[in-house]
Amino acid sequence: MIWDDEFETLPREALAALQSKRLRDLVDRVYSAVPFYRRKLDEAGFRSGDVRGLGDLPNLPFTTKDDLRETYPFGLFAVPMERVVRVHASSGTTGKPTVVGYTRRDIDTWAELMARTLTCGGTTKGDVVHNAYGYGLFTGGLGAHYGAERIGATVIPISGGNTKRQIMLMQDFGSTILLCTPSYALNLADVMAEEGVDPASLRLKCGLFGAEPWTESMRGEIEKKLSISALDIYGLSEVIGPGVASECIEEKRGLHVFEDHFIAEIIDPSTGKVLPHGENGELVFTTITKEAFPVIRYRTRDISRLSVSPCSCGRTHSRMDRISGRTDDMLIIRGVNVFPSQIESVLMKIEGVEPHYQLIVSREGSLDVLEVQVEVGEAIFSDEIKGLETLAKRIEREIKELLGVSCKVKLVEPKTIQRSEGKARRVIDKRKL
Amino acid sequence: MKVEQISIFLENKSGRLAEVTNILFRAGVNIRALSLADTADFGILRLIVNQSDRAKQVLKENGFTVGKTEVVALEVPDRPGGLGEILKILHEAGINVEYMYAFVQRSGDNAIIIFRFDELDKAIRVLTGSGVRVLRGEEVYAL
Repeated sequence: MIWDDEFETLPREALAALQSKRLRDLVDRVYSAVPFYRRKLDEAGFRSGDVRGLGDLPNLPFTTKDDLRETYPFGLFAVPMERVVRVHASSGTTGKPTVVGYTRRDIDTWAELMARTLTCGGTTKGDVVHNAYGYGLFTGGLGAHYGAERIGATVIPISGGNTKRQIMLMQDFGSTILLCTPSYALNLADVMAEEGVDPASLRLKCGLFGAEPWTESMRGEIEKKLSISALDIYGLSEVIGPGVASECIEEKRGLHVFEDHFIAEIIDPSTGKVLPHGENGELVFTTITKEAFPVIRYRTRDISRLSVSPCSCGRTHSRMDRISGRTDDMLIIRGVNVFPSQIESVLMKIEGVEPHYQLIVSREGSLDVLEVQVEVGEAIFSDEIKGLETLAKRIEREIKELLGVSCKVKLVEPKTIQRSEGKARRVIDKRKL
Repeated sequence: MKVEQISIFLENKSGRLAEVTNILFRAGVNIRALSLADTADFGILRLIVNQSDRAKQVLKENGFTVGKTEVVALEVPDRPGGLGEILKILHEAGINVEYMYAFVQRSGDNAIIIFRFDELDKAIRVLTGSGVRVLRGEEVYAL
């Protein structure tokens, strides 16, 4: 199912022409409205009117998270505050949050994009949408809310937390679509099992999960435990919030980037050079329709790759791979780059291992030590020491094979690794450098 | 001829064993025999109790990982060489002992030892054939 038949299936040449025109307009607009961009464009040798189209994109300057911090709070807004109808802000785990703004038209665009996203999962006006993304400064809750309302579905604005009550309301209200983070979906499944609620007895049919990186194996786990289709959606507040890209239920292979609004590029994070389609690198977005808070070549620090191969759903928009890591989440252990998602992929390959794990990095003497904590559930428990030790050794060996880093697997009791009510905390880095 | 044993995964943290015995006490479950196998990080507690299903249920409810295994309880003559005779029978039949531990209570003049074999049925056949008394589950739970 497609929400916007015209723009989501635009032939690639027409799409490129549209992107070129919108990019030109964007650069002209920010050049005159935002001193920060004027200075950056000047430094890069661009004057207003110099940018003619997509071909100029690789030469435009990047925008980074640091730029957003330096211009805190409203320095990158491209319209007067009278036209800004809402702000959102990131959690800001270090220092000040990053603040983004929306005009009335931006809010309208966002609702359309989230309507597209929800339609990717088959949502129609007959559906009951259980929206467990957090409401507030975080973009997840309100972004999804407006999209579901745009479709005409019934929205349950439950927000996060109070899991038992969420399950009760899902049963009572007959929720059909679930929106939350993937780790919270697993948490819901666990609590349902504890409470003796059979997920198959609910009316849930599809979940759209985002706001944190997850894996194919987690998808399998969620789909099995909750008896639903699980789709990956992508977005970040600096670009618009959720609604940047979404998987389609037809293929569930890569997320269609809504390219009539956002231009995606993949770059080498160390050199900044644009990489060809199919290569892994850092995702970079340029927003070509936003009014209040447009960004030029915003570096997401998310690792992915792009593909333009045709999709059976009929959308012509290129697809990005699910996020495989963060350029800044990357752990460097004994000089080797390690992404938590790689370790997760090893664990998920082993029958019976639950997707709850934690990585503890410490330093003994001058050596980095990686400990992987894995919960022992019934499926992998053995009454013999050698059974459990063989399992721990196997995980250690497979991690070593994949990453080239040796680690120590520590088996822990079930439910001892903290469950998330939002983003899962996978890494504890105790190194004091 | 088989006895149900429950096994519990324990992290090597103080108070975990006490937690298990407390839960069983509150549920009115009596422990008949136990053994604790441990490594640097974790341990496996193996128990023979008077009510296996009840014990398994309450421990699971309290978040423990619990397994169930079938083991064999044998009467072993309580004198020098008593255990050796039984091990000899097993060795000659090519049966491997995974682990074993002794029961606190006696059965008449004999000691009782719990055995876990890789080939349980064959072991029972060989032992009974050699005149070793294998205790029934009900006998063991009621001791």
